[in-house]
Amino acid sequence: MSGAAAGAAAVERAPQPGPEMLPAVSGGPGDGGKLVFSDVSKFYGEVLGVNKVNLEIAPGITGLVGPNGSGKTTLMNLLAGLLRPDRGSVRVLGVTSDQPEELFRLIGYSTQYDAFPRRMSGFRFVRDSLSVHGYTPEAADTLARQAIARVGLEEAAGRKVAGYSKGMRQRIKLARAIAHRPAVLILDEPLNGLDPMARAEMIDLFRRQAADGLHVLISSHILHEVDDLSDRVVFIDGGYVVAEGRVEGVREEVEEEPIQVLVRCDRPALLASRLFTSEHVSGVTLHDDRQGLLVATRDADSFYLDLNRLVLDEELVVEQVAPADADVGAVYRYLIGGEMGKTGGRG
Amino acid sequence: MSDATALRSSEHEGMAVAAAETGHAEAGGDSQLVAAPGSRRMRWAQWWAVTRGEVARQVVRRRAVGAMGLALLPVLMFGVWALFSGELGEPSVGDSRLMFAVLYQAFILNLVIFFGSVVIFSTLVRREMRDRTLHYHFLAPVRRELLLAGKYAGGVITAWLVFGLATLVSYALCFAPFLTRAPVELQAFFFDGPGFSHAASYLLVTALAAVGYGAVFVFLAMFFKNPVLPALAVYGWEAANFLLPPALKKVSVIHYLVSLLPVPVPEGPFAMLSEIPSPWVAVPGLLALSALLVGTAAWRFRKQEILYGED
Repeated sequence: MSGAAAGAAAVERAPQPGPEMLPAVSGGPGDGGKLVFSDVSKFYGEVLGVNKVNLEIAPGITGLVGPNGSGKTTLMNLLAGLLRPDRGSVRVLGVTSDQPEELFRLIGYSTQYDAFPRRMSGFRFVRDSLSVHGYTPEAADTLARQAIARVGLEEAAGRKVAGYSKGMRQRIKLARAIAHRPAVLILDEPLNGLDPMARAEMIDLFRRQAADGLHVLISSHILHEVDDLSDRVVFIDGGYVVAEGRVEGVREEVEEEPIQVLVRCDRPALLASRLFTSEHVSGVTLHDDRQGLLVATRDADSFYLDLNRLVLDEELVVEQVAPADADVGAVYRYLIGGEMGKTGGRG
Repeated sequence: MSDATALRSSEHEGMAVAAAETGHAEAGGDSQLVAAPGSRRMRWAQWWAVTRGEVARQVVRRRAVGAMGLALLPVLMFGVWALFSGELGEPSVGDSRLMFAVLYQAFILNLVIFFGSVVIFSTLVRREMRDRTLHYHFLAPVRRELLLAGKYAGGVITAWLVFGLATLVSYALCFAPFLTRAPVELQAFFFDGPGFSHAASYLLVTALAAVGYGAVFVFLAMFFKNPVLPALAVYGWEAANFLLPPALKKVSVIHYLVSLLPVPVPEGPFAMLSEIPSPWVAVPGLLALSALLVGTAAWRFRKQEILYGED
């Protein structure tokens, strides 16, 4: 499916406003504890930011995936009240950006902007934000220290942020975002500039936050990390939400592309010859290592029945049967096309 | 205590980290806030935190270095006067009093404080936008109008500290030559005359100038991408104030400030005569004008979006 075609399909696939999206009861977590975009459009002059976005995001880790200029950052900024929608409404657990005193206690946002107040240490950067939140000096000190410890920057906390590496700057932004213990964590490209060890630590931190019942919304260019991290994925292209949900579910909806299944067995050539006769199989390719097959099918359920029958009839020894393209990267290719980061424009 | 020391001195860091690992609800709870969110006390605390932060940005992190440079000019000028006044004849304390009044109005008030306020106040928000740091303020649980009021108050405190100190030092240097040349006359001026009360009046006018010009430039910065041209227009308006008809004079900052100066300075033959407002009108009038300007700026600030790319 081309990007443009995917854009057209977006409105159909994205959930439409339902009864659960009614205004929240004030004082509690409204909208059923969800982040809700209701028919949201945002334009920058004549340039489209996002259009007709309807989304409900439940607790857990949600990955936001799309090429540069697709509208990921616009969506995040709308959620955090840094932008105002031209049409529609955005609510975070029932709270809108017109209620900043409530909204920004709920939200922690680590933006993509790699900019910091001048001549400020990492510790002050985090602690000063807690002072403005209204914490007592003692609590602000404690919470700042805890947040800095969580991102592993204790040693560097007293140094000026200007002297930090890119990875350290990412981590201190994250510390500021989590310091007040928000219920919703918005992370725009949070793994950029981190070394593999730090990435692993941050991913572990995100998982723990999500396990605590938080909403974690992450955008990333690194598809396998999104795949690894996310409970759900929102695919966005050209300002439209192309699809959203669990990756496997989204993959099944992409009917234009046959599902790829990897089968490893003791006699792959024999299995391939038998599968060619199956009406549910549209293609078979021997794997490069000659130990398995890549089978393309448009009807996975029927294919699995056929495979079971063949295994029994031919007494094959099967080592592995696994979907080969039910990951974010493959779904991204099918829905949006091309590689991440090749298009320019607004993020 | 430095930040690094503060961190190292935490004997319970291990416990703190352990507490952090347990979840998000307990450690950041409302019990650790200074007051209930949304309460009047909480808003005061947040306003003060923003104000403190702004003063630190301007003074400690030297954002107001341009204004500080301007404030040095009268100090240098009166320093030269203190050193070489003996070569200019035998000026009296009374002559120096008039000289200070003229230079305060023409130079310190009309140029140094005016353009110093341009530097401090027109960049309060604009510079954060340019540095791409404004979003940090917007992500705090603070109403935008409170945020702007805090930043404005921080600017006023900074301006008053910088220009108040410059005014005080200039005033002291203006009369310093008389410590040796005419100590009796000097003592009479300060201890039996109006010397100290004049100094207090100049400090008050400096503070009110910071309030008034600060409000003007916060307002202009909110409506103009490049506030330099509007600032020059305001400068022209303020400089030509003595030529304006009485009704228009009231729409200016200098009109109220001049009426508070302890030593009246002749406005020249072309000046339009008008009634000088009493301090009871001048001070509330200036504060009301400032509140109107900052209030309008705050209304605009509420709708501001983070669009760094376009700025």
